[in-house]
Amino acid sequence: MSATERAEGAAKTESSGPASRRGPIRWLPARLRAARMETRLARTLVLDVPGWSGHAPGQHVDVRLTAEDGYTAQRSYSVASPSAQDQVELTVQRVQGGEVSTYLTEIMLPGDQLEIRGPLGGWFQWTARIRGPVLLVGGGSGVVPLMAMLRERVRSDSSSPFRLIYSARTPDHIIYTSELHQMGQTHPDIQISRLYTRSGLPDDTREPGRLRIEDLPPPGNEITEGPSRVYVCGPTGFVEHAARLLVDRGYRSSDIRTERFGS
Amino acid sequence: MSVISRGFGGRGDNDDARIPPGQHETYDFPVLSAGPTPAVSREEWGLDVTDLDGAVTRWGWPDLMRAPSEEFTVDIHCVTTWSKLDTSWRGVRVRDVLGDLATEAEYALVRCYGGYTTNLPIGDLVDRDAWIAYEYEGDDLESAHGGPARLLVPHLYLWKSAKWINGIELHLDDEPGFWETLGYHEYGDPWLEQRYVGD
Repeated sequence: MSATERAEGAAKTESSGPASRRGPIRWLPARLRAARMETRLARTLVLDVPGWSGHAPGQHVDVRLTAEDGYTAQRSYSVASPSAQDQVELTVQRVQGGEVSTYLTEIMLPGDQLEIRGPLGGWFQWTARIRGPVLLVGGGSGVVPLMAMLRERVRSDSSSPFRLIYSARTPDHIIYTSELHQMGQTHPDIQISRLYTRSGLPDDTREPGRLRIEDLPPPGNEITEGPSRVYVCGPTGFVEHAARLLVDRGYRSSDIRTERFGS
Repeated sequence: MSVISRGFGGRGDNDDARIPPGQHETYDFPVLSAGPTPAVSREEWGLDVTDLDGAVTRWGWPDLMRAPSEEFTVDIHCVTTWSKLDTSWRGVRVRDVLGDLATEAEYALVRCYGGYTTNLPIGDLVDRDAWIAYEYEGDDLESAHGGPARLLVPHLYLWKSAKWINGIELHLDDEPGFWETLGYHEYGDPWLEQRYVGD
């Protein structure tokens, strides 16, 4: 979210959260209620956050850890859950040498506390009020804010068709694997495509490899309805590559919203 | 009220005085932006400086190359909490681009290829260190990092250092830019942790 680009002016009307508040956004104490491993490296944290007033799917929070000696560390994480009062779910993937992600994935136990501030980011978000087909393109743990959108789509009365294209190294690296499978099975308007960059399943017809232009559906036009809005999230290299392919595929830059994971 | 995270030791190696509060040092160069990277060649690149009266002075690439440039090494700070120390760049000082134009203006609205905007007080562009940067670590600035040319205002969070810059509008009144209308702080001083509205 730093040095950036692209405003279409439309952003203002969709803004929610911080922009409409007065005074600073407060740090709220949060307590770990439950946790589950999603992959070997990714862990979902279910946090009780008294006073949390909800968020728009796609938004993120700042997390602050404080050590006994007063040392603090702060990072941004996407929210994985749809909007809820007093509760936030994060999915964090451990980064090698990452002091915060290591704590969150390996050390923190139910009952332990941290602080949360948000919701943040008024651009990379989807709400059920937004009509029209949606294409989600995620790389690795970039699927997290996209999952919040999918969960909101399932929970709400929205009938917008959703298509998720999820690129991961191998099937073992897929986060939310069962839930994604179930979504695809039970919702005819939700289509989940998994692609693998290193190695896939024995009966895959697609050769493993990074995202290719033919992996992307064509955009909608006057005759055929296709995605009118695209959200791309993942590591920098993935997002650069995917956004370029989407533009080559015929999507308008102004319809593509990106969120990139730094370090 | 202090909330301690049990079992969080902290590394304690983040005590470099050049790292602002709430930030941590990174060694790679994360890219953050709201949409696809615009492809702009140096030949087609242009920077429109719009004066208070609406008069436009256009800088093309050759104009930028003719202006006095300097190499500089600065620390940069992203609101997403990473800081990168000792980054080296080449660029032209914004005050040399604005020349006499900025004497009466109070604010600048910076425009970019792709539609991004950001706002700054004019003093931060002409009285402090601020450049139109076009080289990073001795090489042409990559498009992902804002090439062919970006604004670089190292004393503010990096979203103010607009990538793919193509315009500076001078104004008497402050007009919020892209992230500034989406909940981010209007000024963005990393040493005061001015991340979001109201900080």
